[in-house]
Amino acid sequence: MIPACPLAALPRGEAFRLDTVEPPIAVFHTDDGELYAVDDTCTHQDASLADGWLEGCEVECPLHASRFDLRTGEVDAPPAKLPVRTHGVVVEDGTVYVVPSDLPPNLPPGARARTA
Amino acid sequence: MRSVAVIGASLAGLYAARALRDQGFDGTLTIVGSERHRPYDRPPLSKEFLAGRMTEADLALETDDEDLAAEWRLGVRASGLDPRDRRVLLADGTSIAADGVVVATGATARTLPGDSPTLEGVHTLRTLDDASALRADLVPGRRLVVIGAGFIGAEVASTACELGLGVTIVETAPAPLARALGGEMGTALGALHEERGVGLICGVAVQALTGGDRVDGVLLADGQRLDADVVLVGIGARPEIGWLEGSGVELGDGVLCDSGGGTSLPGVVAVGDCAAWFDPGLGRHHRVEHWTGAVQRPAAATATLLSGGSAPAPPQAPPYLWSDQYGMRIQFAGHTLPGDTVTVEEGDVAARSFLAVYRREDRPVAVLGVDQVRQFTRWRRRLATVNTG
Ligand code: FES
Repeated sequence: MIPACPLAALPRGEAFRLDTVEPPIAVFHTDDGELYAVDDTCTHQDASLADGWLEGCEVECPLHASRFDLRTGEVDAPPAKLPVRTHGVVVEDGTVYVVPSDLPPNLPPGARARTA
Repeated sequence: MRSVAVIGASLAGLYAARALRDQGFDGTLTIVGSERHRPYDRPPLSKEFLAGRMTEADLALETDDEDLAAEWRLGVRASGLDPRDRRVLLADGTSIAADGVVVATGATARTLPGDSPTLEGVHTLRTLDDASALRADLVPGRRLVVIGAGFIGAEVASTACELGLGVTIVETAPAPLARALGGEMGTALGALHEERGVGLICGVAVQALTGGDRVDGVLLADGQRLDADVVLVGIGARPEIGWLEGSGVELGDGVLCDSGGGTSLPGVVAVGDCAAWFDPGLGRHHRVEHWTGAVQRPAAATATLLSGGSAPAPPQAPPYLWSDQYGMRIQFAGHTLPGDTVTVEEGDVAARSFLAVYRREDRPVAVLGVDQVRQFTRWRRRLATVNTG
């Protein structure tokens, strides 16, 4: 379990990028109050999904608008072709923790780690 | 409608073929492509592919399990259209008659006027084969002259600089990207090159290329001569529509279409870089040479084709383009005209991370972001609502 951020620092509608892990992980707090974690890097090219547009349980990639379902990781619109890996999320004592998946990630070709 | 021929096998053609199948078309589908490749993603050609970080396989646009049940005719060019039975003539002498035709032949890179095409080392960049040839020529230590400081030219300059070539860009206009971004922001982006040691010469035209078998220099109109081992001509593209001349399909700067993609000939629609759709917002035909235009419009065009009428215009999302240069992510959405005011709303131009908003009579019309992906996404969304709502 990796501590990500205090829950208070992640209001609804916002995303947090956990970039102390490789590849980085994005944690989303939806407008309905659910928390989800997926790999931060889009499976199409090197874009940070935490910078994307959160709508319901989906995030739209900030570069070419593929949408990923945060519950399953499935992509429902091209150009991304592969699902994004999902991770578990736990809240304990006001802190958001990520339970990393042990499946292999679907990183885009030539992804560089962007840690801005 | 029992048969449709999609002429053009790049992004727009593929999306049109997908849209036809999604919309229930189950007849004969033929896809004709002038290149020998299956549909591939073009934007990385001047970036990751050129730098060697992506392979040809990485560029594929089709998924492994995708089956459009189409007949693919690759490596053959369309040479004409006979309107009587909507017959597409192909350069190999064969032809395809179809109930419906989707024109998606894209654009071709412009070359220098009077340019001697036989000089080795002179490139344009549009296709995968162009990119492979350029990549083989970008040997560290060589001198590259890029003619034209548009997005393709700037990206190639950035990639070549990263690969260890000496690079100079020559631009006829007083600032790079002045028409797309306005002079002020064009100048700001131009500075990115100079910071990296890439030469930028603006306001001077190219007179001639020099060399024997291989190019060895670029002669400028002011008398300057630049040494060059490799030259990239990046001065834009023209729509690939010559094959439609005499067919009755109305042509202008592109295939002239209504706001649903229909052309002047029934049963023929056009999408992608070759198509100039009527834009109700602008009140004129307008060619959208961007990836997002190629993605959003095909579904409307195929609906027009299958219904036999004109499908409603797709929602007017502002045109959007992006560019990666020197590790920076540049994004632009909207339309700007001379006279728009530009204000930096986030970050700082000097720090190379900023967001600038273009306004016309206080109404936001465009937004430019440099390494401001999150804020840019918000603004792009906002522009879409401002301009449709
Ligand atoms: S980078 Fe995400 S869709 Fe292209």
